[in-house]
Amino acid sequence: MATLNILILVCLGYVVLLFGVAFAADRMAAAGRGAWLRSPLVYTLSLSIYCTAWTFYGAVGNAARSGLEFVTIYLGPTLVMISWWWGLRKLVRVGRSQRVTSIADLISSRYGKSNTLAICVTILAVLGGTPYIALQLQSITLSFSIFAEADPTGLYREGSSVFWVATGLAVFAILFGTRNLDVNERHHGVVTAIALESVVKLFALLAVGAFVVWGIAGGVGPMMDRIDASEIGQWNVDAGRWTTFIFLSAAAFVCLPRMFQVMVVENADEGHLRTAAWAFPLYLLLMSLFVVPIAVVGLDLMPEGSNPDLFVLTVPLSQGNDWLAMLSFIGGFSSATSMVIVTAMALSTMVSNHVVMPIWLSTQEGSGSVSGDVRNVVLLARRVSIAVIMALGYYYYRLSGGGAALASIGFIAFAGVSQILPALVGGLFWRGATRTGALAGLTVGFLLWVYTLLLPGMDGVLMPETVLQNGPFGLGWLRPQALFGIEGMDPIVHTVMWSLSLNTIAFCIASLLSFPSPLERLQGAQFVNVYDHSVAPRGWSGSVAQSEDLMIMTQRILGAGPAQEFFQAEAEQQGGRSSLPEPTPAFLERLERELSGSVGAATAHAMIGQIVGGSSVSVEDLLAVADESAQLLEYSSQLEVKSAELTRTARQLREANAKLTQISEQKDSFLSQVSHELRTPMTSIRAFSEIMRDTEGLSGEEQTRYAAIIHDEALRLTRLLDDLLDLSVLESGRVNLNVGDDTLRSVLDRAVSSALAGSSRALTVRRSKTAERIPLQTDLDRLGQVFINLISNAKKYCDADEPVLTISAHDVGGQVVIDFADNGSGIPPEARSMVFEKFARVGVDKAGGAGLGLAICREIMQRLGGEITYLPGQGGAAFRVRLPMAYQQAAQ
Amino acid sequence: MSRKVLLIEDEPNIAEAIRFLLTREGWLVETHAEGSDALQVIQGASPDLVILDVMLPGKSGMEILRDLRDVEGMQSLPVLMLTARGQSRDREMAENAGVSRFMTKPFSNTEMLTAVRDLHAQATQS
Amino acid sequence: MSPDEDRKPSGVRPSLFLERQSYRRRRLSDAARLMPFLGAALLAIPLLWSDGQGTQEGVSLSSAIFYIFTCWAVMIVASLVFGFAARRMAGHDESEPETDRWQR
Repeated sequence: MATLNILILVCLGYVVLLFGVAFAADRMAAAGRGAWLRSPLVYTLSLSIYCTAWTFYGAVGNAARSGLEFVTIYLGPTLVMISWWWGLRKLVRVGRSQRVTSIADLISSRYGKSNTLAICVTILAVLGGTPYIALQLQSITLSFSIFAEADPTGLYREGSSVFWVATGLAVFAILFGTRNLDVNERHHGVVTAIALESVVKLFALLAVGAFVVWGIAGGVGPMMDRIDASEIGQWNVDAGRWTTFIFLSAAAFVCLPRMFQVMVVENADEGHLRTAAWAFPLYLLLMSLFVVPIAVVGLDLMPEGSNPDLFVLTVPLSQGNDWLAMLSFIGGFSSATSMVIVTAMALSTMVSNHVVMPIWLSTQEGSGSVSGDVRNVVLLARRVSIAVIMALGYYYYRLSGGGAALASIGFIAFAGVSQILPALVGGLFWRGATRTGALAGLTVGFLLWVYTLLLPGMDGVLMPETVLQNGPFGLGWLRPQALFGIEGMDPIVHTVMWSLSLNTIAFCIASLLSFPSPLERLQGAQFVNVYDHSVAPRGWSGSVAQSEDLMIMTQRILGAGPAQEFFQAEAEQQGGRSSLPEPTPAFLERLERELSGSVGAATAHAMIGQIVGGSSVSVEDLLAVADESAQLLEYSSQLEVKSAELTRTARQLREANAKLTQISEQKDSFLSQVSHELRTPMTSIRAFSEIMRDTEGLSGEEQTRYAAIIHDEALRLTRLLDDLLDLSVLESGRVNLNVGDDTLRSVLDRAVSSALAGSSRALTVRRSKTAERIPLQTDLDRLGQVFINLISNAKKYCDADEPVLTISAHDVGGQVVIDFADNGSGIPPEARSMVFEKFARVGVDKAGGAGLGLAICREIMQRLGGEITYLPGQGGAAFRVRLPMAYQQAAQ
Repeated sequence: MSRKVLLIEDEPNIAEAIRFLLTREGWLVETHAEGSDALQVIQGASPDLVILDVMLPGKSGMEILRDLRDVEGMQSLPVLMLTARGQSRDREMAENAGVSRFMTKPFSNTEMLTAVRDLHAQATQS
Repeated sequence: MSPDEDRKPSGVRPSLFLERQSYRRRRLSDAARLMPFLGAALLAIPLLWSDGQGTQEGVSLSSAIFYIFTCWAVMIVASLVFGFAARRMAGHDESEPETDRWQR
């Protein structure tokens, strides 16, 4: 007789084995070896966490109670698997291309990254998962109790054993489910361990079955006779339950968080589905092959009233086959542990990603970079979530008292998670499905499920018996198990029928009535048309071809030299003989970091994902890439602005330099002009004074003449110096204007008389004295200086036989315009632009001015707020003076 | 024999002073005040010496000298150049153009006479 | 369900061959769509069985087991055949055969 102690030892040993396998698998995966870890076989076996302790023990119990009804929960998944080509394949493709981490994440991504939706799904999953975990705990406890009964020496206490089982499972899930944060959320260790467990449980069940058929019944033929002769020997399955359960188990197979975890999240290669499509139904067939024989034999052999759920254990035990019973126990234990671990992992991912992290991040608002912390926070959140979920399962178990039949708890959970189905299927196949629709459907389905199944299932703990009997507030048509007065239905069929149909209707109607956001529409297109958007996945095969692709890409980004160096170093670090490193996760992570330095994190991730993961680029990726590009663009445009600024500055510098050079040249030429103008009279003065000094016998006439020349030249010098000083003062702007009031007429009168005074040449000045009665407010002396200059010029340079100067004045809109036109030959066009320049002299200079007169005039007019211009087309030389009637300071 | 000097100068007072000085030295002084036709005037007058101002109306003394040196038989004609601008650059330009002597205004009469004598002596010796 | 019947000698009219290939692929995916309905229909047949409560004699459990497990096996085999056919079709796109991939 196997003692309880041995049993516990075996249990612990088995757990240690699982730890070892999981640990080794993780190590191998991290080292990039162990491609078999990602084989279709392991994938198929990992799917078998669908077969929990519920199916391991409960199927026999179910068969003992209702005959073949138990196969429904296997037939549903079989139908799903054989339709993988248009069902699961799409789900897996979407899951991979969108890098979803859970079913909540998938639903949320599909409907525009709605976290509300994710939270709804998470709540649903936790509520559905908790009873399920309780169920596993219950089955382990029950199986323990069988051995405890058989071993009176053992000190077995039910409560504490459940507690320790729950704790142990939580520790395992925490250790292997939250060891690292993989981008793809793959956990090789856990997957490998559950693959091993599924082999164990299949083997155990087959062993018990074989023992029953050949050891007890004596072969297949006698077994069949025995079956027909038993109390369940006739087909008596209720049609409604048959259909509903097949449908329900099919729906749950897709929607259960743990199934989604192993089927989509842990999926390494879409092609694995092809194998799983036949291998997994085969596994299910084998699992159910001996269920009816065991049930029949159990019913025959076991005393009346013994729990048929435990026939798998009690039948071998009653036959004295302790080791077979032990094996069977290990099989049930495997089923329970693998389910609990994966469920806890999947739920914790959902809780941490969609509930804890958003809350944590919102409390962290303001602190810029949290990348370092986030990892730890996520891991911590997951660990805590696992513990909390296990605790919830434990308390549900304590609460429900472990009384209900295993199967019914399982179906409650199935019905709960199936509420996700409309949103999921609608999201994958109908672009018109919207977030509002999904929310509406989920809410309706969830409420109906809670009301009609979950609460009534808790034996009056949360729902009074009266409500169950008479409906809330005595409203009979709202009775939880007979909605709208339709009575007599099986409770589960009732719930599934109402909740899923109303869920679907709400989903469709709300989708049709609402309008999706742009992101939602984009995501919808990505999901529904996933085959158009993603390449056929190449698998996670770690081939060197991939490394080459990576190398080529890296060279393009980093440049050939650094890329080769990087790959070389990585290859050496891996210790491979090849010059290219294997694309291990660690290597890829480093490569991504390396690349992200050049192209930005999102772009690097998308690029590597394209080559390695076979994942398509999601909208979020595109947005992130666009964001990065925008930043790059902004940076380069900033550079452009700066370079434009530089160009501008350089141009300004060049201009300033040119101006300086020009000014310097102007200064040189001015100095040289001044020098010339000074030296010329000096030469005459010096020459004649020396002549007068040195020459003896100069006649008096000669002496007078030469003295006159000296005098004239001295005057010329003085005039020149005066002009220069005048011009310098005017140009520097330091001139003090002496503003006074007078009429134009009197200014002209004075100027004419002054200019013509002492003149030998006759110059007729024609004026219109009436037109000159214009009042002026300006510096009258300076204006007079200009007029004198113009009149003197006419006097000096007008080459007509009878020189006539016509002065005409007009008043044009607040401005006085005075034209001085003579009847000479005028200034040749090519010289007109030069006349106002300093030292400009037109034609042969007649030893008069230094050529500064008009330059001074121009400066004066500028100071007075007016201007002086040459007026072409007047016959002779003509100048136009224009000035404001009232002097304005602003004219400076 | 009579020595002939051609004075090309647009300042009448300066021209008169030089004429006075050189006439008393026994030179025949011809004057011209225009730059543009100066070359033809020099060729037509065939002087023993040319006194050339730089700043002339029409054509600058530098150009006249440069053109003069290109004319056959005029390479050795002594040319005394006068300038009022007093820049060293002008002296260089004049020397490149083939000037015989360069003088800056104002000059002393003795300077002028010495320069004319020297130039004439050099020309007759060679 | 047997793609071999269309494997005419290739190379004569490649365009026709390719068309035929994609035509096969379409029909194959049609078959994949049909499969679950076929399975559902097979599994719906027990609904017609008498539960033995009335006058008629019910279906014995052993024959029910035989029927259901046979249907099940048929579905598995069909899925297996389809899987191989699909891989053969997909093999034209993929450079390396799947088996090589995970046996390294």
